[in-house]
Amino acid sequence: MTTNEGKLTKKDFTSDREVRWCPGCGDYAILATVQSLLPEMGARPESTVFVSGIGCSSRFPYYMDTYGIHSIHGRAPALATGLAISRPDLDVWVVTGDGDGLSIGGNHLMHALRRNVNLKILLFNNEIYGLTKGQYSPTSPLGSTHKSTPLGSLDRPINPVSLALGVEATYVARSIDTDRQHLSEVLRRAYQHRGSAFVEIYQNCNIFNDGAFAALKDKDRKDHNQIRLESGEPITFGPDNERAVVAEPDGSMSIVPTEEAGDRVVIHDPAREEPTTAFALSRLALNPVGPTPIGIFRDVDRPVYDDLVREQVEQSRAQQGDGDLQALLASGNVWDVG
Amino acid sequence: MSDTATEEHPRERVQLHNAVIRFAGDSGDGMQLTGDRFTAQSALAGNDLATLPDFPAEIRAPAGTLAGVSSFQLHFSDQDIHTPGDAPDVLVAMNPAALMKHLEALKPGGTVILNTDAFTERNLQKAGYEDDPRYDGSLTDFQVHEVPVTDLTLRALEGHVERGELNKKGAERCKNMLALGLVSWMFSRRIDETETWLQSKFAAKPELADANVTALRAGWNYGETTEAFVFHYEVKAAPLLAGRYRNITGNQAVAYGLIAASVRAELPLFYGSYPITPASDILHELAKQKNFGVQTFQAEDEIAAIGSVIGAAFGGSLAVTASSGPGIALKTEAMGLAVATELPLLVVNVMRGGPSTGLPTKTEQSDLNQVLYGRNGEAPLPVVAAASPSDCFDVTLEAARIALTYRIPVVVLSDGYLANSAEPWLLPAVDDLPRLSEAFEVTTEPNADGAFQPYKRDEQTLARPWALPGTPGLEHRIGGLEKELDSGHISYDPANHHAMTELRHERVRRIADGLPPLEVEDPSGEAEVLVVGWGSTSGPIRAACAQLRERGLQVARVHLRHLSPLPNDLDELLRSYRTVVCPENNMGQLSTILRARTLVDIKGYHRVTGQPFASDELAAAIEDFGWGEQA
Repeated sequence: MTTNEGKLTKKDFTSDREVRWCPGCGDYAILATVQSLLPEMGARPESTVFVSGIGCSSRFPYYMDTYGIHSIHGRAPALATGLAISRPDLDVWVVTGDGDGLSIGGNHLMHALRRNVNLKILLFNNEIYGLTKGQYSPTSPLGSTHKSTPLGSLDRPINPVSLALGVEATYVARSIDTDRQHLSEVLRRAYQHRGSAFVEIYQNCNIFNDGAFAALKDKDRKDHNQIRLESGEPITFGPDNERAVVAEPDGSMSIVPTEEAGDRVVIHDPAREEPTTAFALSRLALNPVGPTPIGIFRDVDRPVYDDLVREQVEQSRAQQGDGDLQALLASGNVWDVG
Repeated sequence: MSDTATEEHPRERVQLHNAVIRFAGDSGDGMQLTGDRFTAQSALAGNDLATLPDFPAEIRAPAGTLAGVSSFQLHFSDQDIHTPGDAPDVLVAMNPAALMKHLEALKPGGTVILNTDAFTERNLQKAGYEDDPRYDGSLTDFQVHEVPVTDLTLRALEGHVERGELNKKGAERCKNMLALGLVSWMFSRRIDETETWLQSKFAAKPELADANVTALRAGWNYGETTEAFVFHYEVKAAPLLAGRYRNITGNQAVAYGLIAASVRAELPLFYGSYPITPASDILHELAKQKNFGVQTFQAEDEIAAIGSVIGAAFGGSLAVTASSGPGIALKTEAMGLAVATELPLLVVNVMRGGPSTGLPTKTEQSDLNQVLYGRNGEAPLPVVAAASPSDCFDVTLEAARIALTYRIPVVVLSDGYLANSAEPWLLPAVDDLPRLSEAFEVTTEPNADGAFQPYKRDEQTLARPWALPGTPGLEHRIGGLEKELDSGHISYDPANHHAMTELRHERVRRIADGLPPLEVEDPSGEAEVLVVGWGSTSGPIRAACAQLRERGLQVARVHLRHLSPLPNDLDELLRSYRTVVCPENNMGQLSTILRARTLVDIKGYHRVTGQPFASDELAAAIEDFGWGEQA
């Protein structure tokens, strides 16, 4: 990551382009948080690249005064991988959505994460297709009714955090668009993580899917439903910590009254090498309509793909010496004429 | 075989000018390797040569069946040659299926060497023979040598098996080396180089090396001592230009061309690709050359491959992907993004038979329209095509020059024939290769009164600046949405879109202004018939034209390396002949384009058999169009 001597501010990361998301869109809050956080963490605009695909969230790069590519639908992780491999000096961010990252681009997301490419991937999940005006997405709840599914969605939704943990992503977190403090902390840790960092951000689409995350955002409901994960702490929640997450004999987790939990309560450890516990935790909520964990599910160190690619190049140079083109052309059987 | 000395003393060497030999057997019989080794031996003897490997798409089709037959044809000569030869003079058939499949191609009076051990009732049946062709008269027009190849191999390796160095099956597997030894004797080829090669290939298993060398020598000695072989032949060295040579296949030449372009452009090479026949060998070759700073990335799919390449090009690498038709189809949308973002990168298409999965291991030229037009919107890009295996090297460098000079994605067309065929290559001196670093500049300073405009262009080339992430003050965003002239901001303005569309076309058109004049081959200077070709048909067309001239028919020939943009002097040239013939291994893709552009009534000759044209066939077609009924 870039180190910074000069003092930069949010303004240095804000482009002169007018932001054109719908008024009230959750994207504004995320943009403001990222623009404030980057200078604070010592990032440099010239060394920062935002790569996106297609969708509302994918307009993000235009509003950052950094380098950026607004690419094609679903392919941002692929472009970002090529850039990260070939340019170790850059901070490469991917901004994607539930349609872009999990539907048309699900394959690229999965492979970037399992390789552990040094990318910070922000998935804005609004459980809807916004740019195409309101069709259901791969994260829309089963039975939800939208333009393309007036009788109710038949697709079982993907839980993005479960998917990321399933391919053993080394950093997996979840936050909420308007919870600036929580989002900042999750993104800060993502930035500091070497390797793929995957952050699902619940983002409200006030036009086509307003209130999808009300259970976690409404004043009177959020304390009952946010399961805030803290490293080293027992996982309890509720206004008076009256509920606890416990491990079941079959490996799953469930929620019980805290007084019944006893020593079965799960102590959160994002550094646990095995992703199994984090995965079980992610299964507590298929869609965030009730108690839902937010925070850092997993944060482990593993060799970073692009570092390994470059290491192989250096090893080859050390073993065979720098490439000699004339010698390469004349390798194998040669013969002289005349 | 054309020979100068005929009735010589038995067992003396007969001098030939050229010969075509085809090795055919089961795909597990090692025919490709046998052909490769015979090619290497012929190259060391100084022959000019051209090869045509032909193998099934199935890795191991059922043994003994027609579907499982793999073959390798080699044309070698004491003269300059351009094709792998039409009809073989010698066919080595390791089993009945190989004979069934390839006998038809053999020249009348040609030589057949049969592995009689494989002519069992079961194998004959699998090959579709009702009667044994050795006894039913179907071979009477040929000189047949029945050789118990398997048995001879087993006998030669008896000691090895007794000593437990390999089992009977392993010993049997050396039969291709026995066949190679015998054919090497027939054509007076030295086998010591192959012995050295075997020692190094099996360095970790010396007993295997020894078994193979023993079989190879046994084959040679069998030829030497058996009265059955009355003649053996010699094809002397060809009068090639002085210099150092090696054999090279098209895929190798693309890989070397990419490394050369990286060295000469002083840019790191990034290669992202997904395995596909017949392009994968480029990835394999580059993955071995990481000490040149080459980064290879085997992506999760074709789209990710070109995606990674666009990312690497944005970051300042010489970025390249390669595939074949089905993979190019998947890359189409991303190629459009590369056109819109105006990034320099290369897309290599090693064409194979289509549509869909088509004929993965066979050759065709049917993706010309795909690479020219297969994108949504007006998305023009330059296309260059290689004429021969070694030309793949030069064409790759030329593609890199265009990409870097004009900041544009460039398609390189090769095909299955070029990819796997080999020919001698006069090694270039690295210092003589184009200095690509002078073709472009990386932008480091603002270009508009202290600000940076990513779409403000070079007036001559219309290239936009290549400003790399990491450069302070040049931060900018690019993408697939239409860009405003100069500023590069998103623009939906109608006039701007039209202007940008024209600009993208004009930038491609201007490439033609920098091309050398077309070279027309017309020794008499009086030809009224012109043959125009592109890609791998170059060799067969050249050979066909030479044949026609020998028969007194004056014909001119021009080869197009640049297919987009087409050369500026092409229109005038095509209009100046009475008849223009355009042979293609497709249904007339270039001839349609040329007709539309020049309004000349181009005569197309189209064949898609999965095989390159035979020069006899082409000569007949050209004659028909030029002087025959269709003239």
